[in-house]
Amino acid sequence: MAFESLTDKLQNVFKNLRSKGRLTQDDVRAALKEVRMALLEADVNFRVVKQFVKSVEERAIGQDVMNGLNPGQMVIKIVNEEMTALMGSETTEIALQPGKALTVILLCGLQGAGKTTAAAKLAGKFQQKGKKVLLAACDVYRPAAIEQLQRNGEKQGTEVFSMGTGHKPVNIARAAVEHAGKNGCNILILDTAGRLHIDEEMMAELSEIKENVTVHQTLLVVDAMTGQDAVNVAREFDEKVGVDGVILSKMDGDTRGGAALSIKAVTGKPILYVSVGEKLSDLEQFYPDRMASRILGMGDVLTLIDKVSANLDIDADREKEMAAKMKKGKFDFDDYLESMKQMRNMGGLSGILGMFPGRAVPGMGDLESMVDEKQLARTEAIVLSMTPQERRNPKLLNPSRKHRIARGAGVDISTVNRFIKQFEQSQKMMKQLPGMLGSKGGRKGKFRFPF
Amino acid sequence: MSEEKRGFFARLRDGLSKTRANIVHGIDSVFSGFSSIDEAFYEELEEVLIMGDLGVGATEEILDRLRRQVKEQGIRKPEDCRQLLTDSIKEQMHVGETAYDFEQEQSVVFVIGVNGVGKTTSVGKLAGMLKAQGRRVLIAAADTFRAAAGEQLSEWANRAGVDVIGGREGSDPSSVIFDAVNAAKARHIDVLLCDTAGRLHNKKNLMEELKKMNRILDREFPGAHRENLVVLDGTTGQNALVQAREFAKVTDLTGIILTKMDGTAKGGIAVAVQSELGIPVKYIGVGERMEDLQKFDADQFVNALFDRKEEEEGGRIEEP
Ligand SMILES: Nc1nc2c(ncn2[C@@H]2O[C@H](COP(=O)(O)OP(=O)(O)OP(=O)(O)O)[C@@H](O)[C@H]2O)c(=O)[nH]1
Ligand SMILES: [Mg+2]
Repeated sequence: MAFESLTDKLQNVFKNLRSKGRLTQDDVRAALKEVRMALLEADVNFRVVKQFVKSVEERAIGQDVMNGLNPGQMVIKIVNEEMTALMGSETTEIALQPGKALTVILLCGLQGAGKTTAAAKLAGKFQQKGKKVLLAACDVYRPAAIEQLQRNGEKQGTEVFSMGTGHKPVNIARAAVEHAGKNGCNILILDTAGRLHIDEEMMAELSEIKENVTVHQTLLVVDAMTGQDAVNVAREFDEKVGVDGVILSKMDGDTRGGAALSIKAVTGKPILYVSVGEKLSDLEQFYPDRMASRILGMGDVLTLIDKVSANLDIDADREKEMAAKMKKGKFDFDDYLESMKQMRNMGGLSGILGMFPGRAVPGMGDLESMVDEKQLARTEAIVLSMTPQERRNPKLLNPSRKHRIARGAGVDISTVNRFIKQFEQSQKMMKQLPGMLGSKGGRKGKFRFPF
Repeated sequence: MSEEKRGFFARLRDGLSKTRANIVHGIDSVFSGFSSIDEAFYEELEEVLIMGDLGVGATEEILDRLRRQVKEQGIRKPEDCRQLLTDSIKEQMHVGETAYDFEQEQSVVFVIGVNGVGKTTSVGKLAGMLKAQGRRVLIAAADTFRAAAGEQLSEWANRAGVDVIGGREGSDPSSVIFDAVNAAKARHIDVLLCDTAGRLHNKKNLMEELKKMNRILDREFPGAHRENLVVLDGTTGQNALVQAREFAKVTDLTGIILTKMDGTAKGGIAVAVQSELGIPVKYIGVGERMEDLQKFDADQFVNALFDRKEEEEGGRIEEP
């Protein structure tokens, strides 16, 4: 695959780098040349790449090369950190109105971006959380757009408000708000027609809706495969209509999705969800750090594991049993230490992943080099700086305790925060992993996956 | 560090928004801004090509060729480069003489591509175009998966004034194809247009489904001229190349429909596809109306590629 050759290339370049101790200008430049190519191949906008590479170069030259890393890896480490910082370090939740009050969400974007499907998926998400949702069909142009939304609404068990194709979208939106109010809905999702960002009339139609009804959240739906033009699209929608957040669609494809970085760079708006399939349940939270590594093409380890777990047919009872075990608080920081030991015994991360089915994922071969022994040692130091109580009950970790731990482990507070967050994520994965590995090696329920 | 980050964002946004108050210049703006052929000149060309979505590979190939020609022919002035460069891309993108023969023959047009690229719309437009040429047209609605896909296609068929076979949600797409072929034969149809469900090329079983449909067409309608068109969204970046590569494994692709060319994207990935796979762009979609389908014009395409928005004060993104 295309990505593999890119990673190979990167490896080859790194072999020839020779800075010892500090990163030299030559080595940084050589490594960044490849990074630049990787980002452009991933469709990150040319100018965004230019700026990004420049700022990394400044930061990297003269930095100490950490023990155990080669200079190329050190540069990549910095690149990855910078990218994650750019993507935003937190997962952002969509802001809803307090209590039972109605939140109006408007979906907009180019033609074929996936708005109608996303609308139905969002409806399902909110319903799961106990919200009463109304979908409104404001696409009066595309043939059968209304029927598509209605059909999806039926599948989700969501009411769809429609007035046919004979009314202006703004009037449909207004009537939908009224209808939602009368029926005690908590969420109203307005599905609008796809439009080009340079179509003044159609863009004005969206502004008109926003002038006449209170829209709390305007979400831009963007195809993850979008090329260099993503910056223009995002900027125009943001400036003409005002965007609060982004949904990235078709992420189940094999695109690297550099558009996400471009969009974040020009609008600064958070990506809230990623759409990962045609089933109406295929909508996921967005994790900036995973996106950063996907764009960079280094294999998105966490997503991979999520996917593998989701693909496996774990029978429900077994899963419940495992989940119950986990919930009993069996997985804590002590288990983490234990699992690190286990992982070493089992031949490292890539050895473990190799056991999973469906491993034909780009960049897999390169996992070994991504596992940064130094970083594992650092996280170990963090855990060892916790009190026994804290290790058993991670919930105790308030800010002042975290600061103490950071001092104890000789790292900064952000490293501690990041680690704890990852820990929480991996706790979630635990619910699925033991069942998968059960058949393999009699480690049923015992295996822990450290990241 | 966060201070630094904000600084970066702000700078970037400023830099990019400078392009807003732009005037669109023709191809000359790229070439006339330089007095000699130096590295800065090549860098500018690189920027233009990559921003047009040609990708790193195709861009390097084109610029390497240009450098070679410049050297061999002893070219000094950027202006003289222009012809060389545009000619070579135009030549490459040239659509063969026989590209549109199917329009006049008994033929089957198999339309495939990923989700939302414009397959159904293009089938509708093709139906309208062929019908206007006096051809007898039938549409096979083999998207039986997406909600209301059948209704959408029926609306297009109505507009074009042609019949549709199939389209019932949940039915088997291959049997739709089978039925449509038989209907086409029975009704002495000239052109059978097959719309299929959008699918991402990395979904193995869905690609197998397409292969099956392709086999049925091969087997049941061996006499017909086959036209297999992959629809690529002009807004798509490098992934479109992967798409073309994968859909080419399903059937012998004979052309590309490049859609949404009425936007600001350049569709440059088609150059990479043409250069790697030798599949020509045959039609471009330029809007949502029946008449918004055009035969591909290499000259126009290449000129538009170099048509660029120029910042009024020549402002680039500021150096940090
Ligand atoms: N601006 C513009 N919009 C287009 C063009 N071609 C198609 N569209 C729009 O793009 C959207 C998707 O088009 P469809 O024809 O439904 O795409 P599809 O490939 O059949 O989609 P699926 O069957 O869902 O995979 C619709 O809103 C079309 O109106 C074009 O050339 N220009
Ligand atoms: Mg369709």
